[in-house]
Amino acid sequence: MFGRLTSLQDSLLDEFWRLHQEMDEMLGDGLSSAGGIRSAPRGTFPAVNVIQTPAEVQVYLFAPGVDPKKLDVSVQRGLLTVSGERKIPVHDEATYYRQERFSGEFRRAISLGDDVDPDKVEAKYRDGILQIQVRRRESAKPRQIEIH
Amino acid sequence: MARNVTEVAAPESQGGAVQQTRGRTEAGMRAPVDIYEDGEGITLEADMPGVSRERLDVRVDGDTLLLEGNVQFELPKDAEAMYADVRSTVYRRSFVLSRELETSNIQATLKDGVLTVRIPKRAELRPRRVEVRTA
Repeated sequence: MFGRLTSLQDSLLDEFWRLHQEMDEMLGDGLSSAGGIRSAPRGTFPAVNVIQTPAEVQVYLFAPGVDPKKLDVSVQRGLLTVSGERKIPVHDEATYYRQERFSGEFRRAISLGDDVDPDKVEAKYRDGILQIQVRRRESAKPRQIEIH
Repeated sequence: MARNVTEVAAPESQGGAVQQTRGRTEAGMRAPVDIYEDGEGITLEADMPGVSRERLDVRVDGDTLLLEGNVQFELPKDAEAMYADVRSTVYRRSFVLSRELETSNIQATLKDGVLTVRIPKRAELRPRRVEVRTA
């Protein structure tokens, strides 16, 4: 009986280990493993994803139900700052069972690196995602050197 | 905890449901919700940023309300991830509805990544105000 129990525990541990590895694979290593000094804790509103290409950096802010006119986006010395407010009306006469959604003012700062051009920033808001495209300076782009 | 809208327990993985996609398990995200009730019915509001109408599925199966949405990203081909709070493209959440709710008359709207679902109570079960006449 004890033998059985142990093998059950073993298989559970194996399963746990496998899941753990899968999660690691899925989430990928090296994605902001070192926390930036201006980074926000997990679960902060709005969630942010950042991707880069040799020519640009793109920032996606998951900010549903926000009036884009009330968003303030600025880039200064390679630091992108987005601030705004999402005020969720509270219905006084209703009974609330869950209130999980963020309500209030928010601000997020994202470091884009030194080679971005603050004059070449474009932002669009669609389906609750604010997409900000910041181009890198021409001189900073990697150049292909031709070999003769 | 709401007795008339009970969340269906899902295997926790990043706090959300797990979906089987092409033989591989993809961790779904748990969309944050507000749920409130008034005399007419129950309203559920869910944050599902990046989900368009075409990629949203609101379904009632028996007494279960299922919300599912897929995020659509426009990513350049040579993109490389620098930072990611969001590491899944699926939102999924489900709730069990109680019998006094009229599941055949649910209305859902989606605006700027916020889903609003309105579930009315059966007309005969809505609280009625009794008029008190003065003698």
